Amino acid sequence: MPLLSLKNISRSFGSTRAVAAVSLDVEQGEFFGLLGPSGCGKTTTLRMIAGLEKPDSGTIQFQNTDITNLPAEKRGFGMVFQNYALFPHLNVFENVAFGLRARHAAKAELSERVASALELVQLPGYDKRAVDELSGGQQQRVAIARAIAIQPALLLFDEPLSNLDVSLREETRSELRELVTRLGLTAVYVTHDQEEAYALCDRISVMVAGRLMQTGEPRELYDHPSDIAVARFLGRNNLIKAMRLSSSNTDDGEFKTLEGGHKLHLPVTHAILSPMDQPVFLAIRPEHVQIHTNGDSGTNSLRGNIREIVFAGATSTVRVDAAGLVLEALVLQPDGLTVNQECTVVLPHDRLTLLQNQSG
Amino acid sequence: MNKRSAVLLVITLLVLLYGVIYPNLFLVNLSLQRDGVLTLANYREVLSQSIVLEAILNSVGLSVFTVLLCAIIGVPLAFLFERFDFPGRRIFAALAALPLVLPPLVGTVAFIFLYGETGILAHGIQKLFGFERPPWSLQGWAALLFFHTYTMYPFFYVLTGAGLRRIDASLAEAARSLGASRTVVLRRVLLPQLTPSLIAAALLTFMTSMASFSAPLLFGGNVRVLTLEIFTARQRGDAVMAVTETVVLAIISLGALIFFQRYEGTRKFAAATMKGAPRRRAAIASGKTRVLATILAIVFALLLVLPVATLVLVSFAREGSWTTETLPSAYTFANYLRVFSEPLAVEVFVNSLSMSAIAAVAALLWSFCVVTLLVRRGRGTVFDESWRRLLSLLVLVPWALPGTVVAVSVAEAYSGLSSLPGSLMLVGTFWILPVVYFLRFMPLVVRALQASMEQLDPALDEAAGSLGARAWQRFTRVTLPLVWPGAVAGTLLAFVIALGEYVASVLVFVPANRPISIAIASELRDFNLGAAAAYGVVLILIISISMVIAGKLEKIRG
Repeated sequence: MPLLSLKNISRSFGSTRAVAAVSLDVEQGEFFGLLGPSGCGKTTTLRMIAGLEKPDSGTIQFQNTDITNLPAEKRGFGMVFQNYALFPHLNVFENVAFGLRARHAAKAELSERVASALELVQLPGYDKRAVDELSGGQQQRVAIARAIAIQPALLLFDEPLSNLDVSLREETRSELRELVTRLGLTAVYVTHDQEEAYALCDRISVMVAGRLMQTGEPRELYDHPSDIAVARFLGRNNLIKAMRLSSSNTDDGEFKTLEGGHKLHLPVTHAILSPMDQPVFLAIRPEHVQIHTNGDSGTNSLRGNIREIVFAGATSTVRVDAAGLVLEALVLQPDGLTVNQECTVVLPHDRLTLLQNQSG
Repeated sequence: MNKRSAVLLVITLLVLLYGVIYPNLFLVNLSLQRDGVLTLANYREVLSQSIVLEAILNSVGLSVFTVLLCAIIGVPLAFLFERFDFPGRRIFAALAALPLVLPPLVGTVAFIFLYGETGILAHGIQKLFGFERPPWSLQGWAALLFFHTYTMYPFFYVLTGAGLRRIDASLAEAARSLGASRTVVLRRVLLPQLTPSLIAAALLTFMTSMASFSAPLLFGGNVRVLTLEIFTARQRGDAVMAVTETVVLAIISLGALIFFQRYEGTRKFAAATMKGAPRRRAAIASGKTRVLATILAIVFALLLVLPVATLVLVSFAREGSWTTETLPSAYTFANYLRVFSEPLAVEVFVNSLSMSAIAAVAALLWSFCVVTLLVRRGRGTVFDESWRRLLSLLVLVPWALPGTVVAVSVAEAYSGLSSLPGSLMLVGTFWILPVVYFLRFMPLVVRALQASMEQLDPALDEAAGSLGARAWQRFTRVTLPLVWPGAVAGTLLAFVIALGEYVASVLVFVPANRPISIAIASELRDFNLGAAAAYGVVLILIISISMVIAGKLEKIRG
């Protein structure tokens, strides 16, 4: 039984549909990510979970109770806001104590819980500081301490790291994950940064244009995006337009690329095979594309010509033209490769993914 | 809409219905009635009188010239003091807004003492050169325009200054780098961006001038303006004429408001959100210009302070010691003793302080109802956009109407017989002035509170909600602590303006609520100049203290 369950929730603002029929389940103890480009409805979804926004339709269940119409203050979920939303007129102690005072906690319990929350975010002794004296990273810790001090049944994060600079962001990220795990909390985390989502989350839902496109573990999403919109958002995919050939059989799909007319094989079950008269998209990650200069000719090997080599530090991007089909490959060391060189491009069949929803 | 919003809405609408909608509609209806028939006869009669037409022309003409003069003085001063640095700059800058807090009646009295034909300046020149007659008289157009420019130029000075501070300095630098000369930069880059500020200043000046009453009353001479005509018509007991003229005045004022706001709407500039180059005041290097600017600053600072200084001086003059002399010959505390010890005088202070306080506090409480409805919150709004606009328009109506109109409309609507259920008779009671003060000055409080509320990050309220705080806890523990400085500053402003109010008071006051301004006017009429001045000085002191507190509060907010 999931801890939190959204069933078909929708929300419109005026004529724009911010969230369209989103359903998802979050399990107890899970670190769950909502990932998507800006304006995709992920924050609105989070705000509906928090009770700050009411869905136009659909229901939200928490521990099997319908909380759709329960106001935020009665849900007992902690939330960390993007701009932290620290109370500027209160010091660090009072900010963290705010939720406990709203619950009329006894004095001794209150100071003990504030102290332990500040301890947890490594800000002991900062009680009396004014919040505007703190650095961005410290403010962010106070915001987290404030949210965990109420011992929330669910912890919600709205892009909490986006205001920090890169090095601090990575450091805080791992601390955050460690903290949530240590306290045994369940978290829903909204971000547009896929790397952040991969690093933090047990499972991730990808949202695009108000719809929930795919839910899965980070690795699964990365390697096998189900949908072209997800593949595009998760970035740097070679998208290959192809037609299915009639020679396809169970467990082995055979496709012909529209550009270059290459034949490609990949393992697909018959159930998800598309009709033959419509073009489909195949996707493969640039780091899975192999480039050989020794004339290999196995399955999915295409002859090509190196068009461009872009050095980008640890890796280099090599762009190859295979009879009109342009592919990108990521290589660690472009040694021995030169522009205009003939080569063989190999697309390993277990790395190729057939995209499901062709609407994109 | 939840229950709380519904309660707030009912309170808001009741106040607007009884305070704004009903009195004004009552007034319009009254002006259209003759012998129980709906007709335009009153307008035909009133508008066929040359004296009324002249008053309309005078009011509009005076306002147009006032706007022009204030712009000519205020805008260059703002450029000079905002963009350049030189000795004396701070002295003037600190005093520049002084006339804004001077009650018009007190200012008028000070002008008579200083610039009047028997005043210090005219008298001094007459003596110095041995003229037989005073060199000038403070009468008519010139006197009115002089006084209006003194009291209203700060609208242009302050708003232009604020506009200049907002403009990104790199825009001018970009224009210069593209080859534009200083004058082209001014004309094509700076002035267009200043237009919203200039229009706002012109609007404020025009409306204030249309509503001006004290100066035309005391030294308008044969320049009769509408506010004065309405006052004398009521004194004569010609209610129909007064009401009809009041509606005409209201229509002109609202027309001007609509005209200016429409024009303003066409000239809106998005505030630059990119990081702009910080702009520093350029030091004037050239010796001669520097000296000239310094002299200018000192002269203007003196011009600003002199009327107040004169008032202080006269307040210490012994009775009868200032008749043929240039300056009073003998000084005493008697005027202050009189103002603070005579029961009638003390009562006047008690009246003004209590009535202004009642009005200001009521305005503050009511503002919370209105602003809660007006401000867009994170969880969506109570109303949609068009209702919000209508509501804020209704709130602003009493501000746009001259004090004369507000006073006459309330006086007529609540003078006895009324078709409105639950309406009271206010005329002849103490309560009419607090009510009129409330209506006139509540827009200031609403504006101040609204500005504070809009600055508030909606996420704070949401964060409090997510931490378990109920609506009332969120209001008292998050919203209130953050908006009170702004709200109290606005309330203090309304309080001090009400304290010196004369225009509306003179139309509806009764012995039981005689305010300070009425006392000043009657001391002046009895030639108790010292006492009139003493009242004025005490008033200025109370106002100054309040404004200092308000200024401190504004800083807390910022």
